[in-house]
Amino acid sequence: MAKQPAAVVGIGQTHHRAKREDVSMAGLCREAIDRALLDAGMTLDDIDAIVVGKAPDLFEGVMMPELFLAESLGAAGKPLLRVHTAGSVGGSTAIVASSLVQAGVHKRVLTVAYEKQSESNAMWALSVPVPFNMPVHAGAGGYFAPHVRSYIRRSGAPTHIGAIVAAKDRNNALRNPYAHLHNEGTTVESVLASQMLWDPIRYDETCPSSDGACALVIVDEDTAKASPNPAWIHGTVMRSEATSAAERDQVNPQASRDAAAALWKQAGITSPIDEIDAAEIYVPFSWFEPMWLESLGFADANGGGWRLTESGGTAMDGKIPVNCSGGVLSSNPIGASGMLRFGEAALQVRGAAGEHQVDGARKALGHAYGGGSQFFAMWVVGADKPTN
Amino acid sequence: MARTLSAPVTVAFDYTRSTGPVVGRFLTGLRDGVVVAGRTSDGRVVVPPPEFDPITHEALTDFVEVAATGTVSSWTWVPEPVKGQPLDHPFAFALVTLDGADTPFLHALHVTSPDEVSTGMRVQVRWRGERTGAVTDIEAFVPLADEDSASPAGGGLLEDHLVTGVVTPVELDYLYAASPEESAFYRGLAEGKILGQRCPACHKVYVPPRSACPVDGVATTEEVELSEVGTITTFCIVNVPFLGQKIKPPYVSAYVLLDGADIAILHLILDIPADEVRMGMRVKAVWKPREEWGTTIENISHFSPTGDPDADYDTYKQHL
Repeated sequence: MAKQPAAVVGIGQTHHRAKREDVSMAGLCREAIDRALLDAGMTLDDIDAIVVGKAPDLFEGVMMPELFLAESLGAAGKPLLRVHTAGSVGGSTAIVASSLVQAGVHKRVLTVAYEKQSESNAMWALSVPVPFNMPVHAGAGGYFAPHVRSYIRRSGAPTHIGAIVAAKDRNNALRNPYAHLHNEGTTVESVLASQMLWDPIRYDETCPSSDGACALVIVDEDTAKASPNPAWIHGTVMRSEATSAAERDQVNPQASRDAAAALWKQAGITSPIDEIDAAEIYVPFSWFEPMWLESLGFADANGGGWRLTESGGTAMDGKIPVNCSGGVLSSNPIGASGMLRFGEAALQVRGAAGEHQVDGARKALGHAYGGGSQFFAMWVVGADKPTN
Repeated sequence: MARTLSAPVTVAFDYTRSTGPVVGRFLTGLRDGVVVAGRTSDGRVVVPPPEFDPITHEALTDFVEVAATGTVSSWTWVPEPVKGQPLDHPFAFALVTLDGADTPFLHALHVTSPDEVSTGMRVQVRWRGERTGAVTDIEAFVPLADEDSASPAGGGLLEDHLVTGVVTPVELDYLYAASPEESAFYRGLAEGKILGQRCPACHKVYVPPRSACPVDGVATTEEVELSEVGTITTFCIVNVPFLGQKIKPPYVSAYVLLDGADIAILHLILDIPADEVRMGMRVKAVWKPREEWGTTIENISHFSPTGDPDADYDTYKQHL
């Protein structure tokens, strides 16, 4: 049986900050939810079900936060689901929400993802020593830095490519009032001059630690008729793979390539770089832009990614604008970061991205990954209702 | 000898909680000796106040103070209190509907025997001497024998000094258990050997051995002793200090592909300046003095360059 059409008609997010000491976790979620509902012209009473996502519980030290959040999220008397797939969770949460509509189970689903990183220390939470093992782990940066080095070696990339990405995304963030970092005057040179944290990753090439939330209202075809600019969902894919298989490709993981191939097929796209007008790709460390460009098929897998970045092809006015919102490099409320990618893609095709709008965007990609590059979630949204 | 090795682990962190205006007002009340409730849109008085109205979903803004006396609506007996519970001797957990409130509030009730508790009994708050703005500012409820002896209500809360955050220390204590295959690996290390296992289907050698091949899903049973010499496939230089870090930065964290293995292990590289470490560099395990050995990979202090020519890129590129 074919899927029912589904569309995003409401998008809300918080002003992401290092610390939001003025609100609780529930209050943070409600800021995003209330904005999404206002955008959709709805209230919580109109919502059939709620899907919430967040990253590992150790990040805030609250086991199963969906239990205490239920009433504040408006879930009393309604189905409430919680999704967890590490850093990709914001994306997979949106996909679970959309699948409830596409399956015809619900007509109006609210989905929200959040993180209040200031309540804890994610670096600590990701580096808890395991008995008998070598305590060389050093957070997400320590995990990904060797694989960035592998990419550089394999692709022959010049070492300043990561700085080009960081400077681009930080300047894009200046056009996004919700972005956490508004670092005026960031240049390739200033990024290269920043401290080397996890060699080969520099301070300015890493994402910040943010408090923030994002919410989406996803509805069926009938409900979407009331929206002046629904973002139609053209394809959704999730894929996983083993973290520690021998000879696993950590630069261009099989699950990522498989997910992209399935996504483009679902969305009827044969040449992503020609058919996608804007991409919001999960880039927590700048080098992941060229890496994912190759894995997603926007460029050839022999260094096409860094060449595309270096040529300016991923800038706001480039062939494939990437992370016009400023991306994860400018705002990283971990649990929400994937949903922000999905939501920003929807904003683009709704023509509602404000100062970081890509003129005439009709189709956009939202992408997230998590764990040790083992979970992938992606969707394509479009201004037109899908015909397939 | 136990089949598997285990070791205790403690994960502890002092988490902070931003309370937001509603919970913050409730905790401010406790600090100042008054119980703050919220009036919801249906006219009910709820303790503690909910952050959002259950019917209109609007943020709750209508606060009322209720009495520090109330009536037990249900209870359960705690014969053996555990660490972190409100009292260190047997007590009751009780649902208490405070006078002026419509919903019950859960807290400890200090009595010495379950015979002293009954549904419908009258109780009052026993305030802690030094209060900080936490639910533990109420030490416990105690029986109220005579209504005239009820402690007076507090004097209202300090509006200009509201509680906005609390610290909630969380501590998890558990026993980490290594799998039988990992246990064999760690016991091998205690004898100076590095043991792996080969998958019978794909013939890849895993170190440390897994219980099953992650690709084929079959048990890996054939033991393989590996060389203590290997190749650095890739690495990073950790320059950043962080909470809980065991090794002082800067240090090189590297994937070392031991000769004979098909998956690299993560270890430390020393005896060479960090900026001279290379992909493809040949390295050898440097063991700690034997008397310091245990059942741990830390028996290998680090890996050190052998001085041999670097491995050809083609020999390890499929491990990146």
